[in-house]
Amino acid sequence: MRKRRENVKNHEQEVRVFRNRSLVAALIILLMAGALVSRLVYLQIIEHDVFITRSDNNRMRVEPLPPRRGLIYDRNGKLLAENRPTYNLTIVRERVDDLDTTLQRLVDILGLPEDEVETFRERSRQRQRPYQPALLVSDLTEDQIARLAVNRYLLSGVEVEAQLMRYYPDPIVMSHVLGYVGRINADELADLDPGNYAGTHFIGKTGVEYTYEDQLHGKAGLRKVETNARGRVLRELDRNPAEPGKDITLTIDSRLQHMAYDLLGGRRGAIVAIQPKTGDILAMVSAPGFDINKFVTGISYKDYRALQENLDLPLYNRAVRGQYPPGSTVKPFEALGALQDGVVKPNDVIYDPGYFQLPNDSRRYHNWLRWGHGRVDLERALEVSNNTYFYTMAYRLGIDRLSAFMHQFGFGEVTSLDVQGASPGLMPSREWKREKYNQVWYPGETLSAGIGQGYFMATPLQLAAATATLANRGQWVRPHLAKRIGEEIVEPPFADTKPDVQIDQARWWQDVYKGMEAVMNGSEGTARKAGAGLQYEMAAKTGTAQVFSLGQNQKYDADELAERLRDHALFIGFAPVDDPQIAVAVIVENAGGGVSGLGRELTDAWLLPDGKLEDPPGTTVNEEIESIDGD
Amino acid sequence: MAIDFQRVAPRAHQARVGRKRSLWLRMHLDPWLLSILLLLISFGLVVLYSASGMSASTTMAQASRMGVALLGAVIIAQFSPGTLFRWTPLAYGGGLLMLIAVEIMGDIGMGAQRWLEIGPLRFQPSEVMKIAMPMMLAAYFHRRPLPPTWRDLIVCAVIIGVPVLLIARQPDLGTSLLVTCAAVFVILLTGLSWKFILTLGAMAGAAAPLLWINMHDYQRQRVLTFLNPESDPLGAGWNIIQSKTAIGSGGLEGKGWGLGTQSQLEFLPERHTDFIVAVLGEEFGLIGMCTILVLYLLLVSRGLVMANHAQDTYGRLLAGSIVLTFFIYVFVNIGMVTGILPVVGVPLPLVSYGGTSSVTLMAGFGILMSIHTHRRLLTH
Repeated sequence: MRKRRENVKNHEQEVRVFRNRSLVAALIILLMAGALVSRLVYLQIIEHDVFITRSDNNRMRVEPLPPRRGLIYDRNGKLLAENRPTYNLTIVRERVDDLDTTLQRLVDILGLPEDEVETFRERSRQRQRPYQPALLVSDLTEDQIARLAVNRYLLSGVEVEAQLMRYYPDPIVMSHVLGYVGRINADELADLDPGNYAGTHFIGKTGVEYTYEDQLHGKAGLRKVETNARGRVLRELDRNPAEPGKDITLTIDSRLQHMAYDLLGGRRGAIVAIQPKTGDILAMVSAPGFDINKFVTGISYKDYRALQENLDLPLYNRAVRGQYPPGSTVKPFEALGALQDGVVKPNDVIYDPGYFQLPNDSRRYHNWLRWGHGRVDLERALEVSNNTYFYTMAYRLGIDRLSAFMHQFGFGEVTSLDVQGASPGLMPSREWKREKYNQVWYPGETLSAGIGQGYFMATPLQLAAATATLANRGQWVRPHLAKRIGEEIVEPPFADTKPDVQIDQARWWQDVYKGMEAVMNGSEGTARKAGAGLQYEMAAKTGTAQVFSLGQNQKYDADELAERLRDHALFIGFAPVDDPQIAVAVIVENAGGGVSGLGRELTDAWLLPDGKLEDPPGTTVNEEIESIDGD
Repeated sequence: MAIDFQRVAPRAHQARVGRKRSLWLRMHLDPWLLSILLLLISFGLVVLYSASGMSASTTMAQASRMGVALLGAVIIAQFSPGTLFRWTPLAYGGGLLMLIAVEIMGDIGMGAQRWLEIGPLRFQPSEVMKIAMPMMLAAYFHRRPLPPTWRDLIVCAVIIGVPVLLIARQPDLGTSLLVTCAAVFVILLTGLSWKFILTLGAMAGAAAPLLWINMHDYQRQRVLTFLNPESDPLGAGWNIIQSKTAIGSGGLEGKGWGLGTQSQLEFLPERHTDFIVAVLGEEFGLIGMCTILVLYLLLVSRGLVMANHAQDTYGRLLAGSIVLTFFIYVFVNIGMVTGILPVVGVPLPLVSYGGTSSVTLMAGFGILMSIHTHRRLLTH
């Protein structure tokens, strides 16, 4: 009752108090609304520029447009390196509901090896930008793509991305010429123009792919795109197209290249063929080759180890890096040197008792024929490859003149224009020995150099180049692999070409050629079997190089040992003599001898019109690769 | 029944109402309130259509939901404040029981538990408390002489404390704070002396560290992110950076309806629920933001006027609390999206996509209209 009375009594006051409080509340509400409005003014008017930039940065992205890599053709237009679309499997973690389930499904659907999935798991644990696709499997097969398409509804966040990848249709025979591209590594990245390579994943690692990287790569373009928060491109705002890489036509004739590879018949060795007038390298083979396609996608550790541990060293480019004692193949060049320096005349006869002795020295330097060739002039010395004659020439010339003259033919130098990794070989000299070993030059060493032994080392490419220069009567043309780059034709004269070999009397060339022709067709010619039935005139010289020692760590069984201790067999030659079209150099390791036939077959194929050259069976090659991949 | 509604002589104001508005009064509806509500809802649907990525189905679903909620408000308005007053202990007691039920189920299940399922219905008992709490306090003060004494405040502390702690344990810090807000507004409107208010404020300030200690990790993370959103731009700070960018890039006039890049390209998270105001700010600019703020202020003003016209303590306090709490929703949501308050899960009233909170809000407006329009019927 009392309460009631109080209520009644306080009613008017209550209303008044409530009204006051409402007014205070209204005032506070206005203040709070004012706070919101000032915040909005700050964001939308004062800081508007900052936020409009930020919102544009959010949605707009500049993407590099990688240029298409230039293709590589042989001199007849046969495709040697192309770009094929491959399909990679990527995962965007943020869009995957349950990573473990998804990965398990992928293992079931694609039959992925568990360790690959485990590596992916390891990598995906690291923190990364959201919505970035992470690579799980590269180079999916069509079968795998089909299976993914069928199961797509189960695999949110899993995507198949297309990418152009280098593909070599003829990977083994062309391996050392083309080289290969591979993923750009950290060292290479440091030296690259980041803008131009922003969208490029591959770079030439060796061979032509390396030498002509700049031309083959092209110029990257740009495009400005609008993306959503997941990074998906919605539309293109601006585009500055890429400039595709230039196609390159090589001087290589893939028919001759194949023939040369087949002629080596699985033996270790190298063949280089050059067109003397143009310097075109028609064939450049190092056997065994290897599958360069495996290096594009990233070769597996197991496969790489197998290649490295292979005793035949397939990764080793013998044609340009293989340093062999040139042996008797140096004799024609040496003969020219002796004529030029006047230490002998073409018809001078030297008596060969089967050995040569230095004055006041009891040591005998033997001819390969123990009982000697008897009376020998220049022509016969070349024909029978007489050592005593050339010991005499070397002795008369001395190492200084010999070394200087051989340099004119490119020995001890790199003369090629664009062959990646070409080695200079070694043309020993007094100075070289003093620098290298701090020892004086011994006269006996001059004699060894005179028959292409001792310190003397040359690569097959050098021998072929010297032979081509010999065929050109001393005129130098730098050997090269590129015939055309884009629209630009590569042709002599080339910058930094060596000065021509100076010979006072033109007929001396003829004298040496005659000796070299006798090698093929003389009754005592060292290559007379290979020269039987020649339909054109061919100048040649055979050689053998002693295998001095084996590496310390190499293990061979007894048969293998015997085989690997045999001499390397060499052959140089060019034809036709009066209008040289081709110069070849052949080296077969541990062959013992008898490789002149290889040179003859190559010149026959190149010169005779009856079509011995056949297009390499492209399809067969492809099947071979696929069966290798399948294993 | 101990309730005793006062017989009050019609005031001058009421005399002015005249015949024109008598129809509305007889229908127990307030044309001003309804007009502003409809304007807000319409504007909200326009924004939602864009925020949902031009999804007609989402927009239609929300429209029908708002229609149902509005119907609910109209129905509630038909009940007299006397009826509401009688139901108050039932609403509060029922809400409390359901909160306890949720607590027990939360113990059985795992983690956060806010929902209660009864047959096909799923609802949050904490939503019920948003209305039941001010009802209960208003009913309590209805019988007490005002201003309240210390004893009254201790009773209030119990009435408030039990459900708020239960909600906070769910854990739902945002809702528990809003329920506390609704209760505190009732107490403030009773005419509690400023001395008391300042003392209580100081005590609340002292209790803040206690709150921090009892917070869950994710709640602390939100506060820390609020203090420095750039510390984790791709993680917890992402929301707030993107919403500020959206609003800021809108400028004065906005980028145009459906043309907000932040919203349409999905940089803005929760763009059709809690962060919908960022879509509005981006596409309609400062002009759009001021428009919606003015609409909210009109609604609040009309509500305060209606509260002042209430004829008894219960109605006055309840109506005042409902209106003030409504503004708190608006302020907290916009404050959070613009980065002046930490991110708490409070939707923008009447605009954000979602059913539960709309129903509660509309129920509040129904009560408001009931209190406002049943004046003449007070004579028994």
